[in-house]
Amino acid sequence: MPDAALCTETDGLLEQARRQSSVLPIECRRVGICRGGRALLDSVDVCIDGTGLTVVLGPNGAGKTLLLRVLVNLVRPDSGWVRWAGTPPDRTRAPRIGFLFQKPMMLRRSVLANVTYVLSAAGLARRECNAKAGEVLALATLEHLAQTPARLLSGGEQQRLALARALAVEPDVLLLDEPASSLDPAAALAIEKLIETVRARGTRCVLVTHDIGQARRLADTVLFMHRGRIVERARAQAFFDQPAEQSARDFIEGRIVL
Amino acid sequence: MQEFGAAFGEAFRLVTTLDADLSEIVILSLQVSLAAVGLAALIGLPLGAGLAVLRFPGRGALVITLNALMGLPPVVVGLLVYLLLSRAGPLGELGLLYTPTAMVIAQAVLVTPIVAALARQTIEDMHDEYLDQLRVFGIAPLGMMKTLLWDARYSLLTALLAGFGRAVAEVGAVIIVGGNINHVTRVMTTTIALETSKGNLSLALGLGLVLVTIAIAANAAVMALRASAKRFAYA
Repeated sequence: MPDAALCTETDGLLEQARRQSSVLPIECRRVGICRGGRALLDSVDVCIDGTGLTVVLGPNGAGKTLLLRVLVNLVRPDSGWVRWAGTPPDRTRAPRIGFLFQKPMMLRRSVLANVTYVLSAAGLARRECNAKAGEVLALATLEHLAQTPARLLSGGEQQRLALARALAVEPDVLLLDEPASSLDPAAALAIEKLIETVRARGTRCVLVTHDIGQARRLADTVLFMHRGRIVERARAQAFFDQPAEQSARDFIEGRIVL
Repeated sequence: MQEFGAAFGEAFRLVTTLDADLSEIVILSLQVSLAAVGLAALIGLPLGAGLAVLRFPGRGALVITLNALMGLPPVVVGLLVYLLLSRAGPLGELGLLYTPTAMVIAQAVLVTPIVAALARQTIEDMHDEYLDQLRVFGIAPLGMMKTLLWDARYSLLTALLAGFGRAVAEVGAVIIVGGNINHVTRVMTTTIALETSKGNLSLALGLGLVLVTIAIAANAAVMALRASAKRFAYA
């Protein structure tokens, strides 16, 4: 059954986004992954479409990151299926999904070259690459570091660069895997502001986190995961005010969820 | 003992005065070995990158074979290239035997497995780190190979240096296919072997000095380059 809570944001924008996108909706149905006799994902159904920001919330080991990796086709499920715009995922459409890893991987190149690499791979001419790279570096307030080797940046700057790099090709959807989990509050705030900007531009966002404060600040809708299953899905306000599931209540109230 | 001292003195004089014969031999040695390393790089780097990135049946066996070929005996390579280039051989019509080109081919055959095997190891380590990100970018395997070759460029210098060390120091292959012909195919190692057997220690020692100096200089240059790259976090 489609995930209504995630598919019904602003209808006009949804239609517009659907027409233009080559990957939305991203759907997975009855997805299961089992390792060592343990179900890491257990019959998970998700539909990512429209606009807004969905937070995938849950304790460590709930399967949040794995779900994101399945959606972006980095991990193939043992059972069930994933579709991008109704067809199986393929490499040519991968750039339409921006993906931010918890620990960003920087190419052994300058900040500017990290961004132009992605643009060049997308087929842009060198002049266009430089112009576009300048734009996204300005968005991430990294333009003054353009010629700096990317691996010399601080953790927060690297994460901002990774976000700028993901946004350079104007993806239809942005998947973020705990992008601020290892950052100090100031750097985390900078990332959150960038995410807000991206969302305001109409890019569909999915954020994995176990930081309840961050989820409250950013979420439009929430998927709560526990033991490899989505146990609750709701609009953010409703979820935080009146969580239906006991595990979600425990998690929000700071009790240990096993 | 006095004779050795005189030989050392004469060797030093030959080197410092840039003796014409010695210079000719050194230049030919460098030309042959650098060309061989260049050729080995053209074949070995993409081969190493391909083995690091691509997954196909028989890959494991190919990697084991490549690693084993790193220890190819130079005389065996010399013999094989000799058979290939000799008049009765399949490439005999090209008339390459006893030419510097034959020496380049022999050394390239020796060096290519070294470059390819070391490149594969270097790139495979980086591939593990890059794979997910490159897949998210939608990069095809060929694009991954190019990306990894570029990003591993400073580390790959070590592979090329190892290849150069092997090429410039080997004697067995080049003496068989080059013939150690004066002013044509005489290189440092073959000259050292010949002059030592003739008792002409000064030229042999002089060339030995140059050979060791080249090895040290090449290593120092690559180390400096890598250190500089590391400082900028590119290595």
